[in-house]
Amino acid sequence: MRWGAFLRLACLAALCLFLAEPERFGFVFAPFTRDGQPAIYVQNALLTLALNHIAIVALATSIGSAVAIALAVLVTRPVGADFLPLSRTIANIGQTFPPVAVLALAVPMLGFGTAPTFVALLLYGLLPVFENTLAGLSNLPPDVDEAARASGMTEWQRLLEVDLPLAAPLIVAGVRVSLVIGIGTATIGSTVAASTLGEVIMAGLINDNLAFIVQGALAVALIAILSSEQLMRVERWMIHRRT
Amino acid sequence: MRRLDRVGLLVTTIGAAGLALPFVAFRENRIVPGVPIPLPAALPAWEAALLGGLLCAAACIALASVSPGKRLAGSLAAVAMLALAIGDAARLLTPPGDTIVRVAPGAGFWLLALALLLMASDAVARWKLAPWPRLGALAVATGALGALLWSGLWDDLSVMREYANRADTFWREAGTHLAVALGSLAAAVLLAVPIGILCSRLNATRDVVLNTLTAVQTIPSIALFGLLIAPMAWLAATVPGAAAIGIAGIGAAPGIVALVLYGLLPLVANTMAGLDAVPPAANDAARGMGMSDVQRLVQVELPLAFPAILAATRIVLVQNIGLATVVALIGGGGLGTFVFQGAGQTAMDLVLLGAAPTVVLAAISAIALDAAVDMASGKGRR
Repeated sequence: MRWGAFLRLACLAALCLFLAEPERFGFVFAPFTRDGQPAIYVQNALLTLALNHIAIVALATSIGSAVAIALAVLVTRPVGADFLPLSRTIANIGQTFPPVAVLALAVPMLGFGTAPTFVALLLYGLLPVFENTLAGLSNLPPDVDEAARASGMTEWQRLLEVDLPLAAPLIVAGVRVSLVIGIGTATIGSTVAASTLGEVIMAGLINDNLAFIVQGALAVALIAILSSEQLMRVERWMIHRRT
Repeated sequence: MRRLDRVGLLVTTIGAAGLALPFVAFRENRIVPGVPIPLPAALPAWEAALLGGLLCAAACIALASVSPGKRLAGSLAAVAMLALAIGDAARLLTPPGDTIVRVAPGAGFWLLALALLLMASDAVARWKLAPWPRLGALAVATGALGALLWSGLWDDLSVMREYANRADTFWREAGTHLAVALGSLAAAVLLAVPIGILCSRLNATRDVVLNTLTAVQTIPSIALFGLLIAPMAWLAATVPGAAAIGIAGIGAAPGIVALVLYGLLPLVANTMAGLDAVPPAANDAARGMGMSDVQRLVQVELPLAFPAILAATRIVLVQNIGLATVVALIGGGGLGTFVFQGAGQTAMDLVLLGAAPTVVLAAISAIALDAAVDMASGKGRR
């Protein structure tokens, strides 16, 4: 475990250093270039692109998760029970929409840039959280619910103090999936001119410069792996705390 | 008094908004902004009245709490009329012989279609059909869609205009798309099942394999494609014969490898879970009958783990069909080509030409394999 923590810190440090001062790493990427191509992407600062990337994904994932949790709570209460079968079908079919298609179809309504990427992220981030919250809330041990009812808890108290805490690890797992998908979708967002790290990869693909592709891909992959790892630790901590 | 159906209320609201919004958008050519045309102006009076009547009937059925069968019939009748109407509107608005103007479905059409399809899928979900009838319904729906496209009733719609201009490329790219999605699925299954068997026997490998595959999963698709370009180009240049079998730094090869890598996690994890869940009694009985380890694996354990493996296959296939659109970015072809071309030209119709078949393919695979999983796990048996 200690080795894992060390490795994580080292990766984080390397990532931060690279994003802040990419020129220092020119020697790493120079072997990938041909015919005097630049080794480091300089059209836009990598740090700005990375911060944009993280900001878009963080905002979309938090809004999407909040909406998804609220919807899942709604359809598992008696008020919204009519919508349960339909919402399951929508979540199931919704996941068959490729993120690229959602992205491209949002362009005519919102124009090029960050807005369509944000909407695609939001819609796409909803589904995993919704499904997991639904699974968490509908598979609660029956005796726990009965005990809560017997102890005189109101409907609200039961939801907030019993049901949601028990479903929390699954919900966090859903948020993690949604976050990972979001980081990937934001990367593809550069095809519709969103200002994210995907821009670096796209520049590499267009100019046939392998160095750009590799540095963009490494930066995005590290961000995705580090943030997913962090949420996995939260999940483990929640499960651990429960027992 | 019977209470109003809540889902029906939602569906009717969406449908009412759809009626208020423009039914089609008319454009002088494929790039200029469209002129919105409302439903009454887009269709002859009798057809608009017929469509309106069927929509009202569907709304009444949706609001009243009636059986799923009636709800399905009502929504399907309205969907069929809507499909005919949009084709007719396009034909009537296009001057005869003109190939430049574009008539695209407007926001109103999409909302009406959404409302009716929501109503239909709600009815199907409440009906709780067994797997075989579900497969039958899927076949009928696919057949109806195919017949509609083949009949030429939609030929004047803007998406079909784009198709007519690119019919050859379309089928080639659709073929590439399917080959990439199915080929990488097959390769992933062939790799993952042995790895899963190995991991379920050797506890030492379990964590390493699962952690590595989980890490792969977190790498965004375009980044992974990019990262694979370099090693694939190196392989093609250095290993004799590698280039001859299609390994290359550009084109579909890095995409296929990436899809295989993405597909491994669900397949390996489910193979392991399926094998772990084999009841000890089944294994004891097999040993008691004098089966060898290999016989036990092939005749007892794998058949029992099959539903879990099939469930993972469904996840990977749907995921592959979606991800295969991104392969177009690295020059690998597939339906994503149209999506990216269309996004680049702000030609929505072209985006739809790529996106709509992808969504339909993914939805068909999801529904068909869901039914297969239910059959395999015995849920469909009475």
